[in-house]
Amino acid sequence: MADKILKELTLKIWRQKDAKSKGGFETYKIHNISTGSSFLEMLDILNEQLVSENKEPVAFDHDCREGICGTCSLFIDGRAHGPDDDVTTCQLHMRRFNEGATITIEPWRCGAFPVIKDLIVDRGAYEKILQAGGYVSVNTGGVPDGNAIPIAKPAADEAMDAAACIGCGACAATCKNSSAMLFVAAKVSQLALLPQGKIEAARRAKAMVAKMDELGFGNCTNTGACESECPKSISIEHIARLNREFLKAKLKD
Amino acid sequence: MSNFLTSSIGKKMLLSISGLFLIAFLCVHLALNLLLIVDNSGDLFNIGAHFMATNPIIKIVEPILAIGFIFHIVLASILTLQNRSARPIKYDRRNQAGNCTWSSRNMYILGGLVLIFLAIHLWNFWWNIKFPSLGTPLAETTVDGVAMENTYALVSGLFKSSVIYCLLYILGGIFLGLHLTHGFWSAFQSIGFSNQIWRKRLECVAKIFAFIIAAGFSIIPLYFMLGLAN
Ligand code: HEM
Ligand code: SF4
Ligand code: FES
Repeated sequence: MADKILKELTLKIWRQKDAKSKGGFETYKIHNISTGSSFLEMLDILNEQLVSENKEPVAFDHDCREGICGTCSLFIDGRAHGPDDDVTTCQLHMRRFNEGATITIEPWRCGAFPVIKDLIVDRGAYEKILQAGGYVSVNTGGVPDGNAIPIAKPAADEAMDAAACIGCGACAATCKNSSAMLFVAAKVSQLALLPQGKIEAARRAKAMVAKMDELGFGNCTNTGACESECPKSISIEHIARLNREFLKAKLKD
Repeated sequence: MSNFLTSSIGKKMLLSISGLFLIAFLCVHLALNLLLIVDNSGDLFNIGAHFMATNPIIKIVEPILAIGFIFHIVLASILTLQNRSARPIKYDRRNQAGNCTWSSRNMYILGGLVLIFLAIHLWNFWWNIKFPSLGTPLAETTVDGVAMENTYALVSGLFKSSVIYCLLYILGGIFLGLHLTHGFWSAFQSIGFSNQIWRKRLECVAKIFAFIIAAGFSIIPLYFMLGLAN
């Protein structure tokens, strides 16, 4: 079946020259978009149009365009990664939009993710949280035998689910409190569930939470909005585990 | 335990413990209040109120309860202010309807409405009971030969005389119930007591509990409003 063509769309896009500029919305018209094209391809077409009109193209983040790298972002029509559940912006298709629609596109809004240009924000804050403790300290050397350390299937499964986090930032972007708890919980949970990560679990939980607070993310109130918008469906059950891990670590102090 | 209190999770844990403490208080309070509609003579309620007013343990618990409330409100205010400032530039368009429940997004507003109700409620009853010389002194009554304050008359008098107050108390119950549809399960999640299985259970119990609280407190003014008391 041939893809339908959307004859005209109106795009309301946040434009901001650089981190210091004020920024504001610009409205663009775009024509003849195939419903089979992806959302980012639609933005590519807009940018070609802008370039041919000698205008500055819209800056937006993207890399793999297949939902695995976590580089794309965008708050589309009031929702992180757009109207579809469980997908990243790069996996969103134009078939989700209707003829003549006005689409509002904003960058992640979160004090800890400042806008660098147009729709691109600096998500370095998540990197800093990871650097604070989101790793296991091991000596490099030969590749260890995959089955040398037995891991119970339920723990392996849960760790795997948590490991699906791609660090996109949608959790903090969508949270009414700008809380990064889902991201931090996914990382802490993934490692705390596995024998290799257990050793540093206490230090990790404390260091990552301290960093998260220091960077100005808000306090979690368990609304669950993050898990609804997370492209990898990370469950807030991991947040409960983070709370336990943090309490355990603090009680040991 | 250094800087536990200043950490986001630490503050949330204390908020949830204070919330759970307030929930425990609510259970006792509701159980006692339901005596108002169980016994139209008012004797049972008067005995209950007299017991609460004279029991030494309750005397100790009362200031702890006040501290619990203040603690909960102060912590909730700090957290809410921090959360507001964590997003200096707001979204132009936001669609949260399918993301999370309305109550979970408006806990501070619901809590604030409960607080306004609480102030009116304390002024109505607590003030008159504690400071009879300043407010309306309580009438005396005798139950089984024991002289005591006629608290039943104070409460039934208010509800029988004013439909506005009845409606206000019903609203208070509903706001509290809404606060608890989220608060009850959220408190367990905050202290880490939740997982895939328990989450479903807690969310279900939260709905039932919130309904019992809202319906239980509302049914009392309703009872008087409908003229079911004599
Ligand atoms: C009898 C009265 C109240 C009870 C039983 C109660 C109970 C609770 C409970 C159990 C929680 C969940 C705690 C957590 O998740 O950590 C909570 C949260 C909260 N309460 Fe209350 N509360 C009451 C009054 C108030 C008042 C008067 C205010 C504000 C002025 C308030 C504001 C909040 C806020 C902002 C939250 C945080 C939302 C969240 O974490 O989900 N509450 N309350
Ligand atoms: S938890 Fe989900 S929403 Fe948050 S950063 Fe990871 S993948 Fe993105
Ligand atoms: S561009 Fe890699 S996840 Fe979207």
